Amino acid sequence: MELTVIGQEAGGGCSSSGCGGSSDQLSHLPQSIQDKVKDHPCYSEDAHHHFARMHVAVAPACNIQCHYCNRKYDCANESRPGVVSELLTPDQAVKKVMAVAANIPQMTVLGIAGPGDPLANPERTFETFRQLTEKAPDIKLCVSTNGLSLPDQVDELCKHNIDHVTITINCVDPEIGAKIYPWIFWNNRRIKGKKGAKILIERQQKGLEMLTERGILVKVNSVMIPGVNDQHLEEVSKIVKAKGAFLHNVMPLIAEAEHGTFYGVMGQRGPTHDELQALQDKCAGDMNMMRHCRQCRADAVGMLGEDRGDEFTMDKVETMHIDYEAAMEKRAAYQAAALATLEAQRKNTGESFISLSSIGVRRKDARPVLMAVATSGGGVVNQHFGHAKEFLVYEASATDVRFIGHRKVDLYCEGGDTCGDGESVLQKTIRTLEGCEAVLCSKIGYEPWEMLEQAGIAPNGEHAMEPIEEAVAAVYAEMVAKGLPEKTGQVASLQAGA
Amino acid sequence: MAYEIVESCVNCWACEPLCPSKAIYEARPHFLVDAGKCTECEGDHADAQCMSICPIEGAILNPFGEAANPPGSLTGIPPERMAEVMAEIQAR
Repeated sequence: MELTVIGQEAGGGCSSSGCGGSSDQLSHLPQSIQDKVKDHPCYSEDAHHHFARMHVAVAPACNIQCHYCNRKYDCANESRPGVVSELLTPDQAVKKVMAVAANIPQMTVLGIAGPGDPLANPERTFETFRQLTEKAPDIKLCVSTNGLSLPDQVDELCKHNIDHVTITINCVDPEIGAKIYPWIFWNNRRIKGKKGAKILIERQQKGLEMLTERGILVKVNSVMIPGVNDQHLEEVSKIVKAKGAFLHNVMPLIAEAEHGTFYGVMGQRGPTHDELQALQDKCAGDMNMMRHCRQCRADAVGMLGEDRGDEFTMDKVETMHIDYEAAMEKRAAYQAAALATLEAQRKNTGESFISLSSIGVRRKDARPVLMAVATSGGGVVNQHFGHAKEFLVYEASATDVRFIGHRKVDLYCEGGDTCGDGESVLQKTIRTLEGCEAVLCSKIGYEPWEMLEQAGIAPNGEHAMEPIEEAVAAVYAEMVAKGLPEKTGQVASLQAGA
Repeated sequence: MAYEIVESCVNCWACEPLCPSKAIYEARPHFLVDAGKCTECEGDHADAQCMSICPIEGAILNPFGEAANPPGSLTGIPPERMAEVMAEIQAR
C-alpha cells in the first residue's frame, strides 16, 4: 500500500496563537529547559498548537490502586487517562510509532502512560524505549508514573532518550493519601491505608529529587478532588516546585458511576470549572501552571485537541509500508518551519495581550467576563458552533484577554444513549459552557442560538476568521459599552434539570 | 493445591512476572495458573504474589476455591452500594 502523508497542514487541534497565554509561561526558565520543551505539546502551551504526541499502551500492570481509576481499562467510548482500545507488545508499539510519525509530521513526542503504570512494567516499557531510541532517534520519549518504583528505575530511565517524566502526585500527607489510594503493592505485599500511602508519598518525593538532580525535566500532575485534596494542593505545588519540578498540572477529577471507580460509584463529585480555575490561579503564584491538558487516553494519537487513534489501529498499521528515512526528512522540514513560526510568535509576546484601552473600553472597573470560542486552528474564530468538539475559554477584563482553559463538549464519554443520562447533545454542550457569557463561532444554527440565549449566553457569529484575542476583546468592549449586567446564576436551572 | 485465575481477570499482566514458580501464563480469554506448578508461594513469600497485586476483586480464587480478594476488599466500594448503582444504571 502506498502511504499517503495525511494531515500535513500546520495547525489542527487547538491552534489559537494565544491559547495558553503564552510564551511568558516558560520564559523565566533557563534556556536549556526552554530548548527541551519548545516543541513538546504537553509541556509548552504554545507548542501544542503546532506539535503532536502519541501514547502507546504497552504498560497494563499497576502497582497501586487509585480511587479514580478502574482497572478494567478497555472502553472504546471513553476518553480519559487509563483507558485504551488495544494493548500492544513493544514490537507492535514500535511499528505503530513509526507509522504515526510517518503520517503526522507534527509528531515530536512518544509517551508511555499506561493504561497501568509504565514503571510497573519495566521490561515492556524499556524494550519499547530501547527500540525507539535506535529506530526513531528524532522522537522525544516521555513517561508518566505514579512514582512508587521510580527511585529504582531512574538509572535505567537515564540510559534512554528520555528527558521528560511526569509524576502524578496528589498529596504529601498520608492521611489524605489514604482517602485517594486504598492500597499499594510494595516489597511483595499489598499494603493498605495510611501505611501504603506514606510509602508511596516518600517514593514519589525521592523519585522527583533524583530526577531533577540528573537534569531530567519533571512535570507533576495532580488530580483535584473536592473535599479530599483541594485545600491541600497549594502546599503540594509549593513542595514540588522547591524540589525542582518545572510545571504543575492540576486536573479535574473525572468520576461517573458508569466508570465503576470508587469515586464514581460513591458519588464523589469533580470540581466545577470555577473551582478548578481558582485553584490553578492559587497554585500559579508558586509554580508554572499547565492549563491546556486534555486528560487524554493512554493510547491517544495526534494534536492535543484531537484523537486520531482510529486511523492507526494495529490491523491498519500492519498493512502500511513506511519509508521512515523519507518521512523523517519531511517531518524535520515541517518541524523546522513550525518552530520558526513559533519563534516569531514568541517574539510578539508583548503584543499578544490586547490593550483594551485601544479599542475603547474606558470603564476600568468593569468586571471580567468569560467567553467560549469555537476554532479549528490557526488562532482564529473559524468553527461552526455545531461542529465544535471543544471550546477554548478566555477571560476578558479591563486589562487583558487571557486563556483560561478548554471545555470538551463530549467531556470524556461518547457512549450516547447506552451510558448517558438522556440529555441532548445540545443541552450538554450548553451546560459545558457554564460561566461563559458569550460564545464566538463562525456560524450557528437557529435552535442552538435560541437555547444559548435562554441560558444567558450570547451567541456571536460576527467575528468569523478574526484572530481570537482581538475578537474576544471586541465583544467585551461591546458588552461593557452596553453595560455589563450583574453576574447571575444563569445555569442554575439547567443544572437542576441535569 | 493451587491458586486459580477466573473469568473476571482483565489480562493486565501484573501477576505474571511476580510468580516465583512461573506457574502463571498468558492465555485467552484470560491468564491461567498451572496448578501443577503453583506452590502458593510457600517458601518464597509470606503472601501469594498473584493475589497480592491483582486489582480485580474475585479474579483469583484461593486453594479453597474462594475469592482471594472478595467484593469490596480492594476498591473499598461496599458491595451493596455497587449493586444499587449498577441497578440504577441498568434502569436508565
